[in-house]
Amino acid sequence: MSALRNFGSSLAACRWAMPVLAVSVMLVAVIHQQFGLFNGYVEFVLITAGINIILCASLNLVNGYMGEFSVGHAGFMAVGAYAAGLLAVKVLPGATPVWAFPLVVVFGGLVAAFIGFLLALLSFKTRGDYLAIITLAFLMIVKSAMENIPFTGGPRGLLGIERLTTLPQTAAWVIITLWVIRNLVYSKFGRAITAIREDELAAGAMGVRTREAKILAFVVSSFFGGVAGSLFAHQLQFINPATFDIIKSTDILVMVYIGGVASLTGSVLGAVLVTLLAQVLQPLGTWRAVVMPLTLVFLMLFRPRGLLGLREFTWFLPGRELLGRIKEKLS
Amino acid sequence: MEYFAQQAINAIQLGSIYALIALGYSLVYGVLSMMNFAHGDVFMVGAFACLLLVSIFPVPFIVALLAVMVITALLGVLIERVAYRPLRNAPKVSAIITALGCGLVIQNTTLSLSPYPRPMPRLFESVPFEFAGVTMNTLQLFIIGVSAGLMVALDFVIRKTDWGIALRATSCDRTTVPLMGVPVNRVISITFAVGGTLAGAAGVLYSQAYPVVGASMGALIGWKAFVAAVIGGIGNVRGAVLGGYILGAVEVATVVALPSTWRDLIAYSLLLVILIFKPHGLLGSPVQQKV
Repeated sequence: MSALRNFGSSLAACRWAMPVLAVSVMLVAVIHQQFGLFNGYVEFVLITAGINIILCASLNLVNGYMGEFSVGHAGFMAVGAYAAGLLAVKVLPGATPVWAFPLVVVFGGLVAAFIGFLLALLSFKTRGDYLAIITLAFLMIVKSAMENIPFTGGPRGLLGIERLTTLPQTAAWVIITLWVIRNLVYSKFGRAITAIREDELAAGAMGVRTREAKILAFVVSSFFGGVAGSLFAHQLQFINPATFDIIKSTDILVMVYIGGVASLTGSVLGAVLVTLLAQVLQPLGTWRAVVMPLTLVFLMLFRPRGLLGLREFTWFLPGRELLGRIKEKLS
Repeated sequence: MEYFAQQAINAIQLGSIYALIALGYSLVYGVLSMMNFAHGDVFMVGAFACLLLVSIFPVPFIVALLAVMVITALLGVLIERVAYRPLRNAPKVSAIITALGCGLVIQNTTLSLSPYPRPMPRLFESVPFEFAGVTMNTLQLFIIGVSAGLMVALDFVIRKTDWGIALRATSCDRTTVPLMGVPVNRVISITFAVGGTLAGAAGVLYSQAYPVVGASMGALIGWKAFVAAVIGGIGNVRGAVLGGYILGAVEVATVVALPSTWRDLIAYSLLLVILIFKPHGLLGSPVQQKV
């Protein structure tokens, strides 16, 4: 009985862990905004880590939970970055007020989500592993289109974006991303995409609407990819097509597969590790681009699921999922 | 008219090189149903190996070509042994990720060692001549001829030799074939060696036609050849050749009609359009999913 009571009290602690963590992260971010806790460099790294968490968690939805292989996440990031950047610089008159910035970010996300929707439709035409080809072609097309359209600034890129990505804004988006994806993954939809990962035909035979589930996964994933791109554009104040190449996609893939497939806490861990690694490896110059893919190869050979693959910390689970697991233990 | 014929020869020349590389992608996909994303970088290593070889030893062109073909064949086998074989029974995604990683490791190692593109010395004494009013040179004829020769030889080998039969059997059913006494591992190694050989030849020929070698060649030309393989129907050897020539023609036509920076955009858009209407490529056969 005491074991059960212990379990109950740890459950009560779990219920509060996520909200407390979220509020304290927001609080630190807002206090920093008001009083300046960190210097500029640390702030830059923290914002980069936040953007990487959004990218990694959203790619994990497709590559981890659904078990597909998309290499085009940098493309969604590019679409979001350019959509938001062009809206802020060329369409809206004057400087973007701070209150309007979340709307600009959402706009970037929506444009990326629309493209993701189209790609999902296209992917139904072909068999499973062709998704890698389609997303690769998509990435190349986006990069090449941005280089050739004068409106987007061509190969020199888009200049004059305001610096609006602040630490509280980034923290808020990280929390929203993780909250939305967590609740999706532990819903009926999450069960559906996990079933698709294990066996798409069998899932369909069991009554899972595989197309709807896949479209939703793609749209949500590309929406947050676009959000991350918008934040990225307003952090660096400058974007050019060369930024969003296959190397960028590989960096995000490394995060997903280091942290762990089908694990959101793994995604946070992977994104933070890769962000720090990128800072530490800065002196290596172009050799950095050797270390990252090499890490990916070794991971696949020796630990294909990553550090926290297919696992999740208990405090991260939604209440209903926890209750279900407790009932399972008791029976 | 002469201008048109001139461009047609350019298209065949470029298409030959794409076809040679695309064959490597297609052979591997046929046997392992795996996308060997590192193959484009084997092509790039071929061009660099040629440059290194001729700058150390003053060997004749044909010797350099053959030596590079051996080197890239070994590289292809090495990549398979180190990076793909341990994952043969892992989920297919793992091997694709490893392939992508290997390609990037090779590309960025080369980039770090040689950050700037290097000029390639002329090894082939190219003589311009006029035929039926069209100016050509012997290098163009050589590239087109050597590529065609290699492709015909490969087609013959696949249809007539023991290895070719084993290759086709392996691509049909990899679990049953070992029971018939076919050494699957050796067949796969030979497949990678053949793919590497063709990529090496393509690397040398390309670097003679467009005499600059750089680390990004594998990404620019190699991935284009991958597009060619998919257009033709990946897994199908004749499809790879067809896709190569189609892509060569489309690219040359793009450069004639539009600014040359549109090449990538048109090539990759063509791929998506073809996948919409012919999801398995022009000559590929649809694969039935079985429960």
